[in-house]
Formats: sequence, structure tokens, C-alpha cells
Amino acid sequence: MAGLELLSDQGYRIDGRKATELRKVQARMGVFAQADGSAYLEQGNTKALAVVYGPHEMRGSRSRTRHDRAVINCQYSMATFSTAERKRRPHGDRKSTEMSLHLKQTFEAAIMTQLYPRSQIDIYVKILQSDGGNYSVCVNAATLAVIDAGIPMRDYVCACTVGFVDESPLADLCYAEESGGVSSLALALLPRSGQIALLQMDARLHQDNLDSMIEAAMTACKGVSKVLDEVVRQHLQEVSVLSRE
Amino acid sequence: MAADMRLPTARKAVSFSVSSSDRKDLVVPGDVITSDTGFMRGHGTYVDEDKLTASVAGDVQRVDKLICVRPLKTRYNGEVGDVVVGRITEVQQKRWKVETNSRLDSVLLLSSVNLPGGELRRRSAEDELTMREYLQEGDLISAEVQSVFSDGALSLHTRSLKYGKLGQGVLLQLSPSLIKRQKTHFHNLPCGASIILGNNGFVWLYPTPEQQEEEAGGFYTSLEPVSLSDREVISRLRNCLLALAAHKVLLYDTSVLYCYESSVQHQVKDILKPEVMEEIVMLTQQKLLEQEG
Repeated sequence: MAGLELLSDQGYRIDGRKATELRKVQARMGVFAQADGSAYLEQGNTKALAVVYGPHEMRGSRSRTRHDRAVINCQYSMATFSTAERKRRPHGDRKSTEMSLHLKQTFEAAIMTQLYPRSQIDIYVKILQSDGGNYSVCVNAATLAVIDAGIPMRDYVCACTVGFVDESPLADLCYAEESGGVSSLALALLPRSGQIALLQMDARLHQDNLDSMIEAAMTACKGVSKVLDEVVRQHLQEVSVLSRE
Repeated sequence: MAADMRLPTARKAVSFSVSSSDRKDLVVPGDVITSDTGFMRGHGTYVDEDKLTASVAGDVQRVDKLICVRPLKTRYNGEVGDVVVGRITEVQQKRWKVETNSRLDSVLLLSSVNLPGGELRRRSAEDELTMREYLQEGDLISAEVQSVFSDGALSLHTRSLKYGKLGQGVLLQLSPSLIKRQKTHFHNLPCGASIILGNNGFVWLYPTPEQQEEEAGGFYTSLEPVSLSDREVISRLRNCLLALAAHKVLLYDTSVLYCYESSVQHQVKDILKPEVMEEIVMLTQQKLLEQEG
């Protein structure tokens, strides 16, 4: 690595975490009254807002209607102020289209779409502050929003990125690590069954190391799922106490 | 103009219960409810490797051998006989499409509305062409659920003089689970306004109509100016309903009326302030408890 030491001899990373340590996750559900479901999630310095509308009647092009299941429509966007360099980000650029597609595939694996024929579910995610791991933060935020909307899912979907440095995997990369030329891998997992909803890697990595990377990513995802579980249960408690009276 | 500003603070919940900790019947997606195969799978659950698993976050309801999970917040699930308030989104051949906060748009057939000119009137091809004159896109209607199609879409009817097009008033979109099921959902409140509590969470507030002429068949809309006092009552009721909804109080005529009575000492615009909201809702809940016990 040129200049930057990503993993010190003592086993600490740039931001002081251990190799397998996740960033702090904080989340809130039901942040908007107007939407069917919404959630806000912070993972370290990466912040995302997810909103879910639906299931509702198909809007726009009727031709996409499926008679056996619901269509999931995802839109990913980044705020102009989300990165160090302020930049206008028009809708539909290549990067965000790809991200939208990945989100769609992830949630099609988890949401029980066959229960809602001829309808549509919209998931909108916005990155408010970007500090690495945008995809995984979006997935985690959107999971909470979908649960808030009361849409049936097989399980939580949890996502995490993992990088490979000095023969060892690093969990939950931040921006400095991501841009340091590390080969990284993003994984979305249904934690209880251990099924993989999405696996993405566009860097080079020796085949022998792939298994340990996936293993590390799965452990990290399970860690995330524990945090999300707590958030959901807390939210359930609060709301059900109110409506019990 | 003086603007009211406040700093962001965490919202406190008004809670009267003492033992609220750790309810056992709350589940989240993926939780195994039971691995006993003797139970039937209801809404909000699925079977995974012979284990009955929850697919939504909510509370488990058990009726005999049937297990359901009811999510805290969902879209409206219609049942036959429900009163709904909806908005026309599309005029098609022989039917209107109505947005009712349901999973799919509801259908109002031309044959299930009362056209002007009496109940036994035949529907001609001409009626089909002039459908837009009765109801056009954007119009609000009140209707009853006639049947539910296999895909979950609702079929509505307005074959009674109490249903039909809505004129001047205020629409509120709340959660369907807040509306208490009752014998009647149309109320003329003694405070001087009327309310339709749609089962789908849409609430319509309107000035109490004077004796309506029979011939109109539900398509008559008055465009008379509404008096200031009526508008004030309606705005107050709207803010009261929002306050009750924010604190998850069930909505029915008594709770709305008690809330209105408790709010009289405040100005209409002040009702939406969180601390006033809390006070009014507390008073309302007290009155409701007194009435019950």
C-alpha cells in the first residue's frame, strides 16, 4: 500500500478499530408520518435515509405489472453535500442506476412479493453523508423501513463490506480504507438461514482468500443483524405500549 | 409575523401503563413462532422447514389453531361492509378506479352507484359516456365495500343516499388501525360539524348539511360559502384528530368529541404544539376512563 498503513502491527486500523470490529450503528424507525415506512440509519459517519411506499397500484408504466407478484422499484441517490467535494448528482447516472439495481435484487430475495400480485413497492434511499460502505448502509436502512411498512419479509437483510489487507479481512470499511486500493467485497445476507442475497466484488483477489473473506463478511452481517433486531424490538415495544391503552 | 420556533427534542410518549416491559407476544421477521406442526398458517407468517415463522414485526394473535401476526402499521385491508372514503384516480369503461389506501386501487362500478333519477333507472350507453360528469379524477367519495376480489382489490358501492360524492370539507389521512369499528361511521357532532370516519383511515370533516333534497342521489355538492364559525370548528376538529392520532388513541365519536371539549381553552393553531397536544390527549383519556368506569 502506498504510504497509508491500513492495519498497524498492533492490529489496529486507521480509525482505531480492530480488524473485525464494526462501526457504531444507530437507527430510528418511523421517521416520517406520510410514508408507509421509513427509517434513518447511521453506521459510523455514513448516514442514510430510507422511505418505503406500498404495496400500491402500479404507477407509471402499466406494462411492468406482474400477475403473480409485486414489482419492487428502488431508487438510490446521494445528497449534493454527502461527500467532501460538493457535487450535483443528477438522477440516473451510471453509478446510482447500478446501485438501485443491486438494491432491487437484494430486496426481491427477501420480500415475499408473491403475496401482492399486480402491485408495486417503492423503496427510496438517500445517502446524507458518505463515509464508505454506502451499499450496505442503504440495505440496512431499507430493511428497517420495509419492516416499518409492515411488508412481509422472510428475514432481515443485513449487508456489510469486507476488505482484504495483509492476509486478513477487515470488516465494515470506511472511506479512507475503501479508497486506499483495498480489494473489497459487499455481501447482503439473510442471517437466520445464512442465505446470500447479493455478493458483489469488483476487485482482484486470490481465490484462496475468498472463503475467508465471505466468512468474515457473514460474521459481520450477523453482528449488524443483532443491532437491527434490537432497534426493531425497541420500536415495537414503544409503539405497542401506546396503542394498547 | 411572529414565527414559533422550537429546538429538536426527543418525543416523549404519554404512557399510563406501569408494566410495559418485555411483552412476550411481539415478534420480528424471521422469528420462529412455533415448531409444532399442529397449527395453521395465517397472515404475517410463513412455513420454513416445518417451523411457523413470522414475516412481519408485530404481535401474535392466536385463534384456536390459527396463528396470525398483526403488524403495527400496514395498508388498509378491506372487509365487506366497511365505510371508506376515497379519491377517484381514473375513469374507465363502466367503472371508476378509487384510491383508498389499499394495496390495489378499488373499483366502483357504474352499476353500483345511484344515478340521479331514482333507484330503478336503467343504465344506458349514454350513461357510460357521461360518467365523467358524475365523478371525475380527483373527486372524493364516501362508499361501502361491496366485495373483495381474489387479488385483494375492493369493489365499492354507493347505493344509499348517505354515500356519494363529497363536497366542501377537510380530508385527513390517518392510520387505518386507529379507527374503531362501529355500527355507524357517519356522525353529526354536537359541536356543529359532521365527520365520516372511514375504515381505511381517511377521515372527512364537513359542515353539517341542512335537510338534503332526495333527488340528488348523492351527486349534489353545495358550493355555498361555509361560514367562518363552521370553518373554525372544522379546523379545531382536524387538529384534535391529529393530536389523538399522534398519541395513538382510538378514534370514534366519543373520543373525538371529548378531545374537542378538552381543547376549547386553547386557540386552534396551538393544538398542534406538542405540549398542548399532550395535555389535551391526557384530558381526553381521563374523560374516556371516567365514562367507562
